[in-house]
Amino acid sequence: MSIVKHELRLGRLSLGIWAGGIGFLLAICVLIFPEMKDQMQTLTEAMSSMGALTTAFGMDRLNYGTLIGYYAIECGNILGLGGALYAALCAVSILSREERERTAEFLLTHPISRQKIVGEKLLAVFLQITALNGLIYLLSLASMAVTGEAIAWKELNLLHLAYYLCQLTLGGICFGLSAFLRKGSVGVGLGLAVLAYALNLIANITESAKFLKYFTPFGWCEGAEILEQGHLDSGKLAVGAAMALLGIGLAFWHYTKKDIHS
Amino acid sequence: MILLSNAIHTEGLTKYYGKARGILDLNLSVEQGEFFGFIGPNGAGKSTTIRTLLGLISPSSGRASVLGLEIHRQREAILRQVGYLPSETAYDSGMRVQELLRLSAALRKADCRQEAEQLCQRLQLDPSQRVDDLSYGNRKKVAIVCALQSKPRLLILDEPTGGLDPLIQHEFFKLLQERKQQGATIFLSSHVLSEIQHNCERAAVIREGRLIACDRVEKLARTNAKQISLRGQVDLQGLEGLRNLRSTEQGCSFLYSGDINALLQRLSGGKIQDLSIAEPDLEEIFLHYYQKEGEAE
Repeated sequence: MSIVKHELRLGRLSLGIWAGGIGFLLAICVLIFPEMKDQMQTLTEAMSSMGALTTAFGMDRLNYGTLIGYYAIECGNILGLGGALYAALCAVSILSREERERTAEFLLTHPISRQKIVGEKLLAVFLQITALNGLIYLLSLASMAVTGEAIAWKELNLLHLAYYLCQLTLGGICFGLSAFLRKGSVGVGLGLAVLAYALNLIANITESAKFLKYFTPFGWCEGAEILEQGHLDSGKLAVGAAMALLGIGLAFWHYTKKDIHS
Repeated sequence: MILLSNAIHTEGLTKYYGKARGILDLNLSVEQGEFFGFIGPNGAGKSTTIRTLLGLISPSSGRASVLGLEIHRQREAILRQVGYLPSETAYDSGMRVQELLRLSAALRKADCRQEAEQLCQRLQLDPSQRVDDLSYGNRKKVAIVCALQSKPRLLILDEPTGGLDPLIQHEFFKLLQERKQQGATIFLSSHVLSEIQHNCERAAVIREGRLIACDRVEKLARTNAKQISLRGQVDLQGLEGLRNLRSTEQGCSFLYSGDINALLQRLSGGKIQDLSIAEPDLEEIFLHYYQKEGEAE
């Protein structure tokens, strides 16, 4: 597990910054909820007049008057996008970095199989994404406890689970890309995360683009849908899992036989 | 057939990068316990050979073994017994030297603390420094400690002395000689010919991806050519067997492998103030091998 420990050590600052940043923004949003609650009726009316934008963010189906309805929107924007960017960045860099920064020669001339290197790096990505979500979840809970509002546990847990799975899916896809890329991997990873987010917005706006929800992990992270249905869409989750596994499989296949450039 | 007694053995080893040449049909044998030199200018294929032996890149054709183990199938077992010093050193940012050395030892599942401490002392390397703050030479020292601390059976060194001051270079070669005494095989790739000449028993010369000579260092240096240096004036035009002519205001020097009587006749017809005839050093031989028309053997 030397590589896992090493990767966690290298990534701890980035993890701290992303978890702190996302958690802080979420906590601020939750803490101002009691003040905003009284203005929610006006806000809901204002939102309903924003047309496609309201639909894109699922704001037409959520009740701002409740903490969980309000949180689903904030969570969607802050944790959804922030977490996805972190997961993509973390996964897309982890293999490509070795060649980009010319450290591959150091690592790959030690008696450790490439399968093990890929496996341990994958575990490091998984642990970092899990730690990010754990820290953010705790910060959210603490801020909710401070407001004194009732916590809708099931909905809250489903929302966080959905975003966690979304990040793991993006992480799996980006991990696959990481095995193929040397330069520009960070741009590709961040671009992919933003593209996935944008695809979901488009799918929300028009009925004819609904199929796009199967091609983006954000498709199963729709706060409005999760609160309405009370469960995650297993069909979309299965497609996401298949995409992540394909990415991981490609990473193992390619990295174990590729030429390592100096 | 893989020769078990060989530390390194290659048969027709070839590597292309797309259409670009890496190494071509390389047949090389390094015996266990040897201090072996691998000579060639930049781009000749030295690093490609080493990277192929270490399993960083796959050969396009041919085969190779290291310590009797096939590079394709037994990469891990090979690397367990090999210490490698790359020509360019790069480490993950933010680490201290001691953390890096510990990581290297942990990846080898070995406790190398004592050896690492001794090596750091001898090479005057401060293990508490951050690798980001190290000079080029000190980064090289880190690579040396990483390569040597596990006491490997085979040391593969790619341009190891770049950035090292003369005192540390001296200490480094002393360390290598000690390791050789303890039974290690040393494969030294370099274009610093004096390093090869002073330390290696045998050497191979690689040019444009092909091995063009491989022999004992004294034998490589002891061709039938002589290094002639003279002060004065003499007409050497048309003299057969003359190479690498370098003229100065006072005289000239050249390598000569022709008829010695013909040379003496020319010299007697000139105005010579001083003359020396010596065995050429490896530097001269190297130039000889790198003349396209002057193939070895």
